[in-house]
Amino acid sequence: MLVIPCPWCGDRHESEFICGGPTRPARPEGTDQLTDGEWVAHLTVSPNPAGFLSEKWWHAHGCGLWFTLERNTVTHEVRAISNEDDRGEEA
Amino acid sequence: MQRYSFFSLARNALTAHKNWQAAWRSPPLRDRYDVIIIGAGGHGLAAAYYLAKEHGITDVAVLERGWLGGGNIARNTVTIRCNYLRDESIPFFEKSVRLYENLGRELNYNLMFSQRSMIDVVQTYPKMRDLRRRMLAMDIYGATYEPISVAEIRQRIPSLTGGGPESRLPIIGGMVHTDAGVCRHDAVAWGYARAADAMGVEMHQKTAVEKLLRGPDGRITGVSTNRGDIAANKVAVVVSGHTTTITDTIGLRLPLRTYNLTAFVSEPVKPLIDVVVNCPDSGFYLSQSDKGELVIGGATDPQQSFKRALKQSVTEDTVAGMLELFPAFKRLKMLRQWGGTLDFAHDASPIVSACEVPGLYLSCGWWGGFKAVPAGGLTLAHLVATDQPHPLIEPFSLKRFKRLDFILESGLTSSR
Repeated sequence: MLVIPCPWCGDRHESEFICGGPTRPARPEGTDQLTDGEWVAHLTVSPNPAGFLSEKWWHAHGCGLWFTLERNTVTHEVRAISNEDDRGEEA
Repeated sequence: MQRYSFFSLARNALTAHKNWQAAWRSPPLRDRYDVIIIGAGGHGLAAAYYLAKEHGITDVAVLERGWLGGGNIARNTVTIRCNYLRDESIPFFEKSVRLYENLGRELNYNLMFSQRSMIDVVQTYPKMRDLRRRMLAMDIYGATYEPISVAEIRQRIPSLTGGGPESRLPIIGGMVHTDAGVCRHDAVAWGYARAADAMGVEMHQKTAVEKLLRGPDGRITGVSTNRGDIAANKVAVVVSGHTTTITDTIGLRLPLRTYNLTAFVSEPVKPLIDVVVNCPDSGFYLSQSDKGELVIGGATDPQQSFKRALKQSVTEDTVAGMLELFPAFKRLKMLRQWGGTLDFAHDASPIVSACEVPGLYLSCGWWGGFKAVPAGGLTLAHLVATDQPHPLIEPFSLKRFKRLDFILESGLTSSR
């Protein structure tokens, strides 16, 4: 069980949230210049560290905020919440 | 290899079972092999066995961080089935079922394989349409998947008393998959290990690979372990959830994400259910083991995880779904629980492939990889031995991502 510190609501139970998956790198600039491999890597490869991972979370059953947090995939420790509302970005 | 039979059992009984040969050797670790397989789990051991048997390559070391058969082969729910959707998947998984059917005899090891059928209990029309589509696709390949009426479901699974017309999601029908069954999971690992060992393959436990080694030309040259460097021309990574942990050491990026999948068993009860029951709409599946325990599984954790622990929220969802359909199970106590890390590929299909690093082979992206152990091992061995993909796994190479030619298999049970 995770306790997710929502930037707006404070510590709330994980069941109120939906995990939007890892933060994807920004769309690369100059896509015409990319090789197929680079473009496909952008489309399909997600970060998968055994350690801290930056993730999007949605407080779906709460305030509705989308936010970014860092969660350790081995221990579930949560740190570094960014409290900006980044709705609209593809999770 | 000492053959197991009724006579060997009787003979060893006379000497109070003190003279059984060890099932496999524990030879000293050498510093060079032709082939290194990282991971002594189902797929790794099966690949070692088929390398020796089909291709005569016996200078093989299987390196295992923990103990043999202690990874996901010890952490699954022992179901074997082949009700897949795609033209690429069905023949592969059907081949695996066919190999399982004869595997106990081939390995001279009692796998307790029981082809008892799986019944899918359907509670929504979209799922019913999906399964009918699966049925038609599977008909082409001769796999068995047939509709079954609600009355027959209730007759074959008497303990399924929920899901009546008054419930929120009444049972509307189902499918029966007669190819499906269960099999003793540990015995698969041990059987392959024993048979591979008899042909000269070495298994080294407590030998953790820390990184892959590459030569100046980029080719793989071996691995670095906690017991020193070991050279090899060919290295196969068969480590399930930790694939990226290994490939990250040479900067190889793969379209994989690791999730934790958990399961649990109840206290043993008298024989109650003689099929595998899968309830995709309620989000759980179960079967009864020979010891009488109900083996119950549900969905993966909703976020990436390397932590092999049961999450309360996931377990509650699974149990709540189960009690809707099997209200009597409310009184069962749960005995054991476990988790295992799976790496899901971007399109939820496995990857058995060479890669941009010459000499490095990957077998990963298995969720529900237990059913695929024989065919996965057979095809990986073919790839490692010949550098050509086996026809059954040709579509499952890494190249499919380059062509965006995905094999979308969002699954029947655990895939999200």
